[in-house]
Amino acid sequence: MDSTTRPAVRDGLGVGFAVGLSGVAFGAAAVAAGLSVAQACALSLAAFSGASQFALVGVVAGGGNLIAGALGAVLLGGRNTLYGLRLAEALGVRGWRRALTAHVVIDETTAVATAQDGRRATRAGFWATAISIFIVWNVMTLLGALGASRLGNPDTYGLDVVGPAAFLALLWPRLRSGAAERRVAVLAALVAIATTPLLPPGIPVMLAAVAALAGVSRHRPRDAAGPEPEPVLTGGPGEERS
Amino acid sequence: MNVWIALLATGLGCYGLKLAGLVVPQRVLDDPRIRRFSELVPVALLTALVVVQTLASGRTLELDAPRLAGLAAAVIALLLRAPFLVVLLVAAALTAGLRLLGV
Repeated sequence: MDSTTRPAVRDGLGVGFAVGLSGVAFGAAAVAAGLSVAQACALSLAAFSGASQFALVGVVAGGGNLIAGALGAVLLGGRNTLYGLRLAEALGVRGWRRALTAHVVIDETTAVATAQDGRRATRAGFWATAISIFIVWNVMTLLGALGASRLGNPDTYGLDVVGPAAFLALLWPRLRSGAAERRVAVLAALVAIATTPLLPPGIPVMLAAVAALAGVSRHRPRDAAGPEPEPVLTGGPGEERS
Repeated sequence: MNVWIALLATGLGCYGLKLAGLVVPQRVLDDPRIRRFSELVPVALLTALVVVQTLASGRTLELDAPRLAGLAAAVIALLLRAPFLVVLLVAAALTAGLRLLGV
C-alpha cells in the first residue's frame, strides 16, 4: 500500500465493514422466512448479492413459487453484468482469477472502484471492498440467523442509512465534476421513484440504467481524426449549462 | 421445488450474470458511445439505489424522518468536504440518535 492506493483501501474497508453489518438483517429475515441457518449462510455465500437474497427470502416467506422466486432473484443480479462490463478492463483479470473475481462484482465494489483515479487505486479499492464485505456480510448472516438480531434491530443503529450515504459519497466527485453525470443521476432518480409503486422491488433500480443513455445521446462521439478541437475552458455549447 | 435447489439455482444464476460482464469481449467498448454508456451505468444504478434505499419500503414510498435526516447530514458533510468515513458516521449517528429520541 502506498499514497496512491491508501485512500482507496481505506474507503473500501469502510464500505465493506459498514454495509457488511447489514448481513445480520438478512440472516434474521432468512430464518424468520423459514430457512435453516445453513440455508441462510449458503445463500449469502453463493448468491452474495443482497438484493437477490432478500428477494428470494421474501418469496419463501410468502409461500410463493420457488421457480419464479429464484428467477426473479437472478434477474435482480442483472445490474452486476453491467458493472462487470465497466470494470473488466481496469481489473484486467483472466482465467481462474476472473472466475474468482466475478463473484465479488457487486454494487459496493463497483461504487468504490469507479470512484478512484487510475488503475492501481481502482484495483486496490475494489479488492479492499470485496474482501472486507465478503467476510463481514457472511459472518453477520450467520450471527443474524443464530438470533443475534435479538440484540436489536440494525435500524436502531442507523445502519439503514449507511448504504445510501456510502453510495452518495462515492458518487459525489463525479456528480460535482460532470454535467452529463448530474443529468443521468437526476433522470435515474426520477425513473426509480416513478416506477417503485408500479413494479416489483429491484426492477426500478435496473430500469434506471436507461438513464445512462441520457448522458450518451447528447454526447458527441469523439472522432480521433476529427478536425474540430474541443473547447477546453468553456465546454461545448449548452453542454455544461443543462 | 426444494428450497436447497432454489438456493443453488439463485447462486449459480447470480454468479453467471456477474461473470458475463467480465467475459464480454472488450471490443464492444471500442464504440465510444457504448463506452460512455458503460461509464455512466454505475452512476445511474447507484443513484437509483440511493433513492430507493432512502425512500422506498417494498413498493410503497415512505418518508422515514430519521433516515432522511441522516442522508441530509451526509450531504452537508460532503459539502463540507468531510472524509468518507466521517460522512458515514455522521449519517448513521444522526439517524440512530433521532430514533433513540423516538422521532
